[in-house]
Amino acid sequence: MAGVDQLNQVFFDGVAEGQLRIQQCGDCGAYQFYPRVVCKLCGSEHVHWKVASGRGQVASFSVVRRGVSADFAAPYIVALIELEEGVTMMSHVVDVDPNQVISGMAVTLTFRTVGGADIRPVFIPASKS
Amino acid sequence: MDLANVAIVGSFETDLGIVTDRGPMALGVQATLGAIADAGLQPSAIDGLITCNSLVAPVMYHAEATAEYAGLTPGHCLSVGTGGGTTYTALRYAAAAIQTGLATTVVVSMADSMRSFMTRDRAMAVQSSSGHPQFEQPYGPTVPAYYALIARAHMDAFGTTEAQFAEAMVSSRAWAHQNPTAQYRERVTVDDVLASKPIADPLKLLDCSIVSDGGAAVVLTTLERARDLPHAPIVLKGYGEGHHYEHISQATDLTQSAAADSGKAAFEQAGIEPADIQLAQLYDCFSPALLIQLEDLGFCDKGAGGEFLASGVTQPGGTLPVNTHGGMLSHCHPGNPGAIFGLTEAVRQYRGAANERQLAHLEHTLLHAQGGIMSSHATVILGREN
Repeated sequence: MAGVDQLNQVFFDGVAEGQLRIQQCGDCGAYQFYPRVVCKLCGSEHVHWKVASGRGQVASFSVVRRGVSADFAAPYIVALIELEEGVTMMSHVVDVDPNQVISGMAVTLTFRTVGGADIRPVFIPASKS
Repeated sequence: MDLANVAIVGSFETDLGIVTDRGPMALGVQATLGAIADAGLQPSAIDGLITCNSLVAPVMYHAEATAEYAGLTPGHCLSVGTGGGTTYTALRYAAAAIQTGLATTVVVSMADSMRSFMTRDRAMAVQSSSGHPQFEQPYGPTVPAYYALIARAHMDAFGTTEAQFAEAMVSSRAWAHQNPTAQYRERVTVDDVLASKPIADPLKLLDCSIVSDGGAAVVLTTLERARDLPHAPIVLKGYGEGHHYEHISQATDLTQSAAADSGKAAFEQAGIEPADIQLAQLYDCFSPALLIQLEDLGFCDKGAGGEFLASGVTQPGGTLPVNTHGGMLSHCHPGNPGAIFGLTEAVRQYRGAANERQLAHLEHTLLHAQGGIMSSHATVILGREN
């Protein structure tokens, strides 16, 4: 994948194996996402990969009515998902009526093709999993 | 030398709105030379040029290329790229160059042509490319969607309503209606905004800034030198910046921005409070951005931005006039230079040249801009010479 370095490749290798990989600091214990070569909290270089539980909640969301390009058929739901480990990631909420999405809604990890391109981690309502 | 010893002495706006006869570089050069002439100076007096690169036609050495085109040979050239915040960050670097003796007289100039020299699809792609390339952009977020995430969070936290966000455009058009250079001048109602096309829930078309062509420039010099020039000096009283994150998915609080830091620093340096401001020129790229700036800069309490906007105080005749030119929601938004028209309008207000929009009393102006998604904030406080 263009522009992906070895560090980020570990994340995408995880996606290929059906895992959502985040990082945890070996010194202070903090989780972080996106992947970094250092812990953003304490500066330690002892950051390790962890497989996230895949449980989280919708921190905020928007139903996009005008897509960013022809590859993205509107409407689609762009959301910030707060994982139960405490980190936040951008993703989609799928398999749901856009009118039923609310902030705080419990969601669960799955994987889908996004934007007609690669398989990405996305989320479905926890009630459907 | 303290900040108040630097003054704005020249100002110029090109044609604005839909401008097809000249592109970004030509507009930037026109703005540069126009501002120098407005200051009553010869081009040879300019020893610093600070510009913002074009998104439409980026060049590798933007300030240098602008100088070359204009026939300037300044001792210092710098292109600044802090997105929407560029205008005020550039203004601070210009002042710093003057304060430290690096330069005596500096032009800050910028222009772009996103309306006429870029297709809508390309403009959409360029703007949304501010997202993280591996962890945000693959999900197809548009720029309105980024701001919609903030709007939704504000609604969830404080009960802000879509009708309150709509007041941003109502206020903007009330001012733009009085400004012949504004691209959109028709008054709108809250219902008009609510009925406009859905873009990224909860934001509709009329919650979003416009897309324009145009440029502007200002000239800064020492206060001492400014006293010999035609226009009464407008002095820099305070400046602050704040940077909590770059990508929206890294924000720890979607409803509290680093404008709180930049505003606090600027007020402290100026030695004044929000109540001392007669004109606020804010960054209204999207309605929630305006609302949150009003809170974070201290004009109202956290969470009360919706009620504050809906009370009409920012409109003509209100106690806190905001964006008297019409702002980026109605006046001109060519891309990253958008905030410079808040500055050139402030200059017009200080000179008593704002016609129908003229404020009766103006001592202190607050200028604020931000880049990214409420990410990089810069605040300037202007005043008159004591």
